[in-house]
Amino acid sequence: MYLKAITANRLRDGRVVYLSEAGNWSQSLEGSRLARDEEELQSLLDQAEVSVLRNEVVAPYAIDVLELDSGYLTTRCREEIRSTGPSRRTDAA
Amino acid sequence: MYRYDEFDEALVRERVAQFSDQVQRRLNGELNEDEFKPLRLMNGLYLQLHAYMFRIAIPYGTLSSVQLRKLAHVARTYDKGYGHITTRQNMQFNWPRLEDAPAILSDLADAQLHAIQTSGNCIRNTTADQYAGVAADEIADPRHYCEIIRQWSTLHPEFSFLPRKFKIAVTGAEEDRAALRTHDIGLRMRRDADGNPGFEVMVGGGLGRTPVVGVTIREFLPEEHLLSYLESTLRVYNQLGRRDNIHKARIKILVQSVGRDAFARMVEEEWAQLRDGYLTLPQEELDTIARYFAPPPYETLEDSPPELELWQSTSPGFAAWMNENVAAHKQAGYAIVNISLKPEGGVPGDITAEQMDVVADLAERYSFSEIRATHEQNLVLPYVRKLDLMAVWQGLQQAGLATANIGLISDMICCPGLDYCNLANTRSIPVAQEISERFADLSKQRDIGPLKIKMSGCINACGHHHVGHIGILGVDKKGQEYYQITLGGSAENETTLGNIVGPAFSAAEIGDAMETIVDTYLTIREEGESFLETYRRVGQQPFKETLYAAH
Repeated sequence: MYLKAITANRLRDGRVVYLSEAGNWSQSLEGSRLARDEEELQSLLDQAEVSVLRNEVVAPYAIDVLELDSGYLTTRCREEIRSTGPSRRTDAA
Repeated sequence: MYRYDEFDEALVRERVAQFSDQVQRRLNGELNEDEFKPLRLMNGLYLQLHAYMFRIAIPYGTLSSVQLRKLAHVARTYDKGYGHITTRQNMQFNWPRLEDAPAILSDLADAQLHAIQTSGNCIRNTTADQYAGVAADEIADPRHYCEIIRQWSTLHPEFSFLPRKFKIAVTGAEEDRAALRTHDIGLRMRRDADGNPGFEVMVGGGLGRTPVVGVTIREFLPEEHLLSYLESTLRVYNQLGRRDNIHKARIKILVQSVGRDAFARMVEEEWAQLRDGYLTLPQEELDTIARYFAPPPYETLEDSPPELELWQSTSPGFAAWMNENVAAHKQAGYAIVNISLKPEGGVPGDITAEQMDVVADLAERYSFSEIRATHEQNLVLPYVRKLDLMAVWQGLQQAGLATANIGLISDMICCPGLDYCNLANTRSIPVAQEISERFADLSKQRDIGPLKIKMSGCINACGHHHVGHIGILGVDKKGQEYYQITLGGSAENETTLGNIVGPAFSAAEIGDAMETIVDTYLTIREEGESFLETYRRVGQQPFKETLYAAH
């Protein structure tokens, strides 16, 4: 199994967030708490569900993550874009 | 243009108060996401990839300068300084915060703007020819009827929970600039033998995963029966449209399954119950609405001022812009100015707050304070004196808005794709940017001539790829972005769906594939032949051969 991180959108502003090692929601994938087996994954998903009930985040789900020397890397294009933002956009021109 | 009456004002203010309360209840946990989602969607608020997205209605694409300034204010105050024009002539903001949504709607309401019915299974913003009221080939201004449809369809209790969303487009002109046959209902204005205005009624068009060209179910509908006939059509759809399968819920599937004649018969039977009733449009109401769209106080001007010839001969840039972006106006001495939102390497349809302010300024000075948004993701100044064209061009140029490419290869329709959209499989914006950079040479674009590329990042076809002369559809192949090409589509008078040319190309290959298609066309075209005409003459084979020669 790939390593798994938990991502969601923050309720108040919709921003992409990740469940962090500290148990908070962070806008950075780095520092995410990673699940290495099914049991750990279920624990993270349970924790995320508590955040849903607390109205902190919307629609959490697990994503595959690679742990490299340079840091964490998502494996799918969609998650890479969620993590780093639109490829090119007008406000960044 | 139309101005709110006390009913519109009260309705929009009530909706702002209602949604503000709903947002507050969501934030404090009284509503969960399942309960809140349908409420926010009814107010045009989506949750996308990176953030919420707010879709603001621009009824039939007509905006005042005050409204455009208000949109600039929203972009600047609550978003990241830009907005995006959509194929329903609306404006989307990509980064609003949920907690700011009530303030955004309240600010918009100050300028008679709202987000009602920009999402959900209801009748969406009715679109119109962007040249409405000024086109040289127009029978009548379609916005009168769009406004009547807006009033009828807004919060219509019977049609607020249709099987699926419902889109209507209207044109008063001979040339179809509103993509009528790709709509659930398309209305083309006609006159009967006695000169009375009415409509050809087309139904069952649509794109998405099952593209269908709409069919005519009535050759002529007298204008006073517009609403009773629309109500009858919607009623048949509402009763018989499928609710068990979202992919088969649009009216196009119903019309296909029962057949055009049977569908038309059911509508006529329903109409027999409704016609000549309370939905018949009284002449005084038609006249009242028409007064809102009365022509501006035009001056009497010569149609070909000598200054224009002088400017064109001395400024090649102005001459090119005149040729590509300025269209014929029905009033002597005036012109229609198209403002391209497709600069080289830009994001199609994006416009910054500063640019919105510039366009609002120019509209106030030179276009009776009116602007249009187009379904091809550009803007229009509809009432410019030819004597003011140089000043308008210079003003646009300073704001980076004078790209002379309307209708050319770089004037693409492009959905937000995977850069923003939760539904997308692939990105479309970077592909559009690559194409516009490859074909940046405007003289080459002019040599290529009219060529509409339309691009979608998934099968939902928000970028209208099925009706692009060249269509590009993004597909996910094992996590990799690939792009399928269709050729020969058109949303114009003879609407046709493009045909898939062959296997999809990778993101690294798609730019070369576009160049190959264009080079093939340039090699085989006959004198004066457009891309679409060449394709219709020769078919796919020459393009297939060059595209896949190395494979």
